[in-house]
Amino acid sequence: MRDVAMVGAGMTHFGELWNLSLRELFAEAALAALESAGADHLDGLWVGNMSAGQFVGQEHIGPMLVEQLGMSGVPATRVESACASGGMALRAAWLEVASGQSEIVMAAGVEKMNDGADVTAVLASAADQEAEVYHGITFPGLYAMIARAHMAAHGTTEEDMAWVAVKNHRHGALNPHAQFRREITVEDVLGSSLVAEPLRLLNCSPVSDGAAAVLLVPLTRAHEFTDRPVRILGSGAATAAMALADRADPATLDAVMTSASRAYRMAGIQPAQIDVAEVHDCFSIAEICCTGAMGLTDGCNPAHAARSGFTALGGRRPVNTSGGLKAKGHPVGATGVAQAIEIFEQLRGEAGDRQVPDAHIGATQNMGGSGASSVVHVFARG
Amino acid sequence: MAGIVGYGAYIPRNRITADEIARQWGKDPDSIRGGLLLQEKSVPGLDEDTITISVAAGLHALERAGLDPQRVGALYIGSESHPYAVKPSGTVVAEALDIGPEVHVADFEFACKAGTEAMFVALGLVESGRMEYAMAIGADTSQGAPGDALEFSASAGGTAYIFGREELMAEVVDAVSYTTDTPDFWRREGAFYPRHGGRFTGEPAYFQHVLSASRLILERTGLKAADFRYAVFHMPNGKFPLSAGKQLGFTREQLEPGWIVPTMGNTYSGSSPTGLAATLDVVEADQLVLITSFGSGAASDSFVLRTTELLVERRGRAPGVRAMLDGPRRYLTYGEYVKVREKIRMND
Repeated sequence: MRDVAMVGAGMTHFGELWNLSLRELFAEAALAALESAGADHLDGLWVGNMSAGQFVGQEHIGPMLVEQLGMSGVPATRVESACASGGMALRAAWLEVASGQSEIVMAAGVEKMNDGADVTAVLASAADQEAEVYHGITFPGLYAMIARAHMAAHGTTEEDMAWVAVKNHRHGALNPHAQFRREITVEDVLGSSLVAEPLRLLNCSPVSDGAAAVLLVPLTRAHEFTDRPVRILGSGAATAAMALADRADPATLDAVMTSASRAYRMAGIQPAQIDVAEVHDCFSIAEICCTGAMGLTDGCNPAHAARSGFTALGGRRPVNTSGGLKAKGHPVGATGVAQAIEIFEQLRGEAGDRQVPDAHIGATQNMGGSGASSVVHVFARG
Repeated sequence: MAGIVGYGAYIPRNRITADEIARQWGKDPDSIRGGLLLQEKSVPGLDEDTITISVAAGLHALERAGLDPQRVGALYIGSESHPYAVKPSGTVVAEALDIGPEVHVADFEFACKAGTEAMFVALGLVESGRMEYAMAIGADTSQGAPGDALEFSASAGGTAYIFGREELMAEVVDAVSYTTDTPDFWRREGAFYPRHGGRFTGEPAYFQHVLSASRLILERTGLKAADFRYAVFHMPNGKFPLSAGKQLGFTREQLEPGWIVPTMGNTYSGSSPTGLAATLDVVEADQLVLITSFGSGAASDSFVLRTTELLVERRGRAPGVRAMLDGPRRYLTYGEYVKVREKIRMND
């Protein structure tokens, strides 16, 4: 296996982009990524997408999207792992370059969610149909049960969860790509309408359209494309039981823990060495579970990390400096790649008002379903 | 110069509160009152429909105009709740108002903009000289499916306008229309309730059209927000018209008289016409008023009006909108509401 570097990145604004179709979203992000690296061709494309088939009635999007770049003929494959599709596409692209099979490979993610589909029902198809969805539950309900379990096991409170949303909105207000660029208060969160008790509206990430793309090349060739490459030090993926009821402890996300430890081992780092991380806060309880499972709070209670400022910009280990899924937006298939772009910008010192000073090592964690799949990447300044 | 020679509104007495509807569906009434800015809405009685509302509004308009109904050469009714799919509402209304038979009658439909659509056409016929007077009515017994967010707003009422060239209560300075194919809200043939695209009804539909039509007429007339005494924007809920007005530079005070949605609801085709009527009830002479409607599908009509002394002199001849909104009301339980709205399926 050879070392791989990320040398280019591009993404659309995230939000309700009524005038942009699936292919236009992809093209905008992919062309920006190619242009940022000065690349004029690809050897392969891996595109994360959860459910274009249900959202816009389009399957087989690999060839359709690569054609948008005028590159028909190039191998192009859709990767699906629910909301972790983007992160898994990055992993597939990394494997293709690391294996020596290809030189210039794009990892992209795209989702067009605002096009009339019943979004909650489409997303629910990523839960266990027979064990869970058949009985009427949807994702807010599943994460509400995770939150209840976490509250019972660890004493986590609704206020702890509110602080995660407050922090991520504060970060998102600084991100020009974010869907929500406004700050909120703990009172706003606790006063917002109940979606699935104890989760309120402002604990939940929004429905978003968007696309993101990065360009991977062998580290040895990185300087042909950029002066500031970002190395991929480690990639780890894992799965867990689909249904919450089949897990030993619903408050513990085993796949996150396992994928993180695999990525850390490959990267040869400890979590305490990570300067900045993007984790999967589809609901604010998820950020608490994921930072805990990844060991990002140095042994402190992860439920208190947002409130204490530990995971806020200016804190010991800023998490979700992009605004996270909560404020930046969550076009499900694009999320994992957009997380990598935030770390790419942080490690290159290009994050503007969100810049974490002197960031050398960053990590991303992208999760599918209620935690049945997870993929973690560790990055370092080139 | 053509303009309005008479206007009249009608709002049924029945009401249902947002709290009562929210209670049925386990929804949070505070979020309806605070988020959509809706408190209660008008509900038609068992024997009221778009035709009866149109007749009541038309009578009030004729009273204000002091006009022999036989001189009305055209009658147009815009509604998305015409009682018959095939058979005009206008013929019944014309006979009841003693208009015709030498009269051109048509029923219009363009979602919530059908009322101003009728006004636009009536104005054009009077301006061209083909008709001496033309009456346009926007009226609805609005539909909203049980449990849908629309149920908090869909209400009943309407307003009639008579256009002419002499003895104007308000002259029409200009009128424009802005239309695109934007399917944000619809009801298929045979369907009982309308459907909508949720949040798609906001930015790409309501705001794009309301703001574009308003900006177009401001540009054409060379006027700016500060030149107007009052403005009225279509009111699908309390929030949208306030936001549209703010984006165009209007103050809350300029919107206040016509912003009747919190206690009337959205009377669809009757919404902005009735907001305009409430504004004409209070505005002084020689003032500019802007009205911009919105109809899903989608389009907006904008009119700039300049009021006259005659408006102040004659408006007391018929009941004002506020008097009907704030006057005697009958509050319904949700059970009574679904009965009068015929939402309960019965055996024949």
